[in-house]
Amino acid sequence: MLSIKNLSASIYGKPIIKGLSLEVNAGEVHAIMGPNGSGKSTLASVIAGRETFDVDEGEISYMGKNLFDLPAEVRAREGIFMGFQYPVEIPGVSIANFMRTAINEKRKYLGLDPLTGAEFLKLMEEKKKMVDIQSKLTNRSVNEGFSGGEKKKNEIFQMAMLEPRLAILDETDSGLDIDALKVVANGVNKLRRKDNATVVITHYQRLLDYIVPDFVHVLYDGRIIKSGDKSLALELEEKGYDWVKKETA
Amino acid sequence: MENESNKILEEVTGSEYKYGFYTDIEMDQAPPGLTEDTIRFISAKKKEPDFMLEFRLKAFRHWQTLKEPEWAHVKYPRIKYQDLIYYSAPRKQPKYDSLDEVDPELLETFEKLGIPLDEQKALAGVAVDAVMDSVSVGSTFKKTLEEHGVIFCSFSEALQKHPELIKKHMGSVVPYRDNFFAALNSAVFSDGSFAYIPKGVRCPLELSTYFRINAANTGQFERTLIVAEEGSYVSYMEGCTAPVRDENQLHAAIVEIIAHKDAEVKYSTVQNWWPGDKEGKGGVYNFVTKRGICEGENAKISWTQVETGSAVTWKYPSLVLKGDNSAGEFYSVAVTNNMQQADTGTKMIHLGKNTRSTIISKGISAGRSNNSYRGLVKTTRNAENARNFSQCDSLLLGDQCGAHTFPYLDVGNRSSIVEHEATTSKISEDQLFYCMQRGIDMEGAIGLIVNGYAKEVLSKLPMEFAVEAQKLLSISLEGSVG
Repeated sequence: MLSIKNLSASIYGKPIIKGLSLEVNAGEVHAIMGPNGSGKSTLASVIAGRETFDVDEGEISYMGKNLFDLPAEVRAREGIFMGFQYPVEIPGVSIANFMRTAINEKRKYLGLDPLTGAEFLKLMEEKKKMVDIQSKLTNRSVNEGFSGGEKKKNEIFQMAMLEPRLAILDETDSGLDIDALKVVANGVNKLRRKDNATVVITHYQRLLDYIVPDFVHVLYDGRIIKSGDKSLALELEEKGYDWVKKETA
Repeated sequence: MENESNKILEEVTGSEYKYGFYTDIEMDQAPPGLTEDTIRFISAKKKEPDFMLEFRLKAFRHWQTLKEPEWAHVKYPRIKYQDLIYYSAPRKQPKYDSLDEVDPELLETFEKLGIPLDEQKALAGVAVDAVMDSVSVGSTFKKTLEEHGVIFCSFSEALQKHPELIKKHMGSVVPYRDNFFAALNSAVFSDGSFAYIPKGVRCPLELSTYFRINAANTGQFERTLIVAEEGSYVSYMEGCTAPVRDENQLHAAIVEIIAHKDAEVKYSTVQNWWPGDKEGKGGVYNFVTKRGICEGENAKISWTQVETGSAVTWKYPSLVLKGDNSAGEFYSVAVTNNMQQADTGTKMIHLGKNTRSTIISKGISAGRSNNSYRGLVKTTRNAENARNFSQCDSLLLGDQCGAHTFPYLDVGNRSSIVEHEATTSKISEDQLFYCMQRGIDMEGAIGLIVNGYAKEVLSKLPMEFAVEAQKLLSISLEGSVG
């Protein structure tokens, strides 16, 4: 589904990603772990198409298409979803209105008729139940005045609404208490299907107690320096990042 | 056609004024230029009562002594008042019994403009009095209104049928001496709307009037008068669209609102005059005087406006809070894009005790436009415990536009409280990317963010107007970010 080959990316001339390769197939859950500043969030941003980052080298193909040919909004319509580490506030725009616009843009791109008001409301109710989100949340403005937990739950709700093929969750667990963490993890697990894939970017092993990854990658200084199965995460937790650094040095 | 108007021009300019001279001329336009004869022509054409002609002539004589004001934060080429045409009427002028009899071409135009002249809209509870180039062509739901004693008709009709009401109220809020454009309007106004809500009546329908500039080079001088008697209520909506133009068109309207004791008037406008092209060529000059007076105790008037159009907008819907405990509100969204210029705001004049006013102004500037808020809050010595709250927000798109705020406060007694808050913000790259990551393109994202920003004001509009206004905001900002 997603194939990253020898990717290098920088911001304002400063190299962040330095020759990274990664393969993600349908049905898989990948966890990318790494210390602060290793390039985790940059990787997510580059895949999502944020223009503040420059791609200096390498290629990314997604569903057989060159990702760099597609602007950010088209990548989204093609099924790439990014869960933001710091979801931004959009005052005065209700989540319902925001989602309806997004879904209908995607449907237009796919040549489908827009959802009617009734259809949309039905879908929204369904997804709210699915990811266990309070009903009144969707009447509020996007992220405005939300607690950290509410913001992240809102990201998962949007993910449920948009039914992405490839979801990249950028430190979705940061700043969450255990209950919120469960809600988020539960949402991700429920949305998991054979035909979609999830990349979970995280700092801590904690989230992986609830979202069990098929693969764990350690990102350090812009490169993946070690990959393994879920046991790698536990080992990391126990021994720290220095252990991998030393081992691969 | 050209010959004909030349001939008329010669006749008008070359001959002495003779009473009755105009009555047998089947002319649908006044010749360009402005003299006392033009004014007599307009008045005769409209078969106006004598007092009206006198009013016009007084205004004209006063106007001749005035200079065009220059204090607004706008620039535009000098208007050649002698080149403008001051009266034009649609070609056919029969009296209609039903819409079927209306010129189908005209109906089609209205259709394109989305003007709800048809039965469907009427069922939605909207009585429409459409003004097309100054002459009213149709009114719906008149009967329902008549049953309640509400008068809602064109200004010309009101002059024929209710001259005493016009004579009593016209010019009482905006006297012809008020300012340059008010004097000009008072001299040459073509038509407009009149609404009268009798004592204790809650107007059963939202009153709406759509204005549209049609003929080239026709200055539009509309006049609206709304009188709400004691304990009455009315919601009045006005919307404008204008087709593409090469030459600037002057629009200098007057709106007067009078609310008596315990009466409430809600006045909403969505204004979308042709703003000119990207270089600022063409477009309408909108120099309007709008003012309301809360005459009696507990009266309330609110202005809600969404301004997206005009090359140059210059207007300050204002309120005089004369009655004790009366209240005034001003909610405004003004969008400027490309080379548009807007200098708009309000004046709240507190005269009575315990009077309250609220001002919420949301400016949105894009392109190389300039958007200014100019507001005056004045409390006089007698306006004990007067309260005002003002909030003026500016949103900038890009780095070549300008937002300016000119608040004037004039507090005349110790017990009044006047608050002013102002913010300036930009649409952040984070917000845009967040929207785009959800599949919404740049323009869609801007539309969404801007509508969210303006929501506080948009929510004050009547429902169907709000939907239209939201679309308009997005459309107005198309192409504003590269």
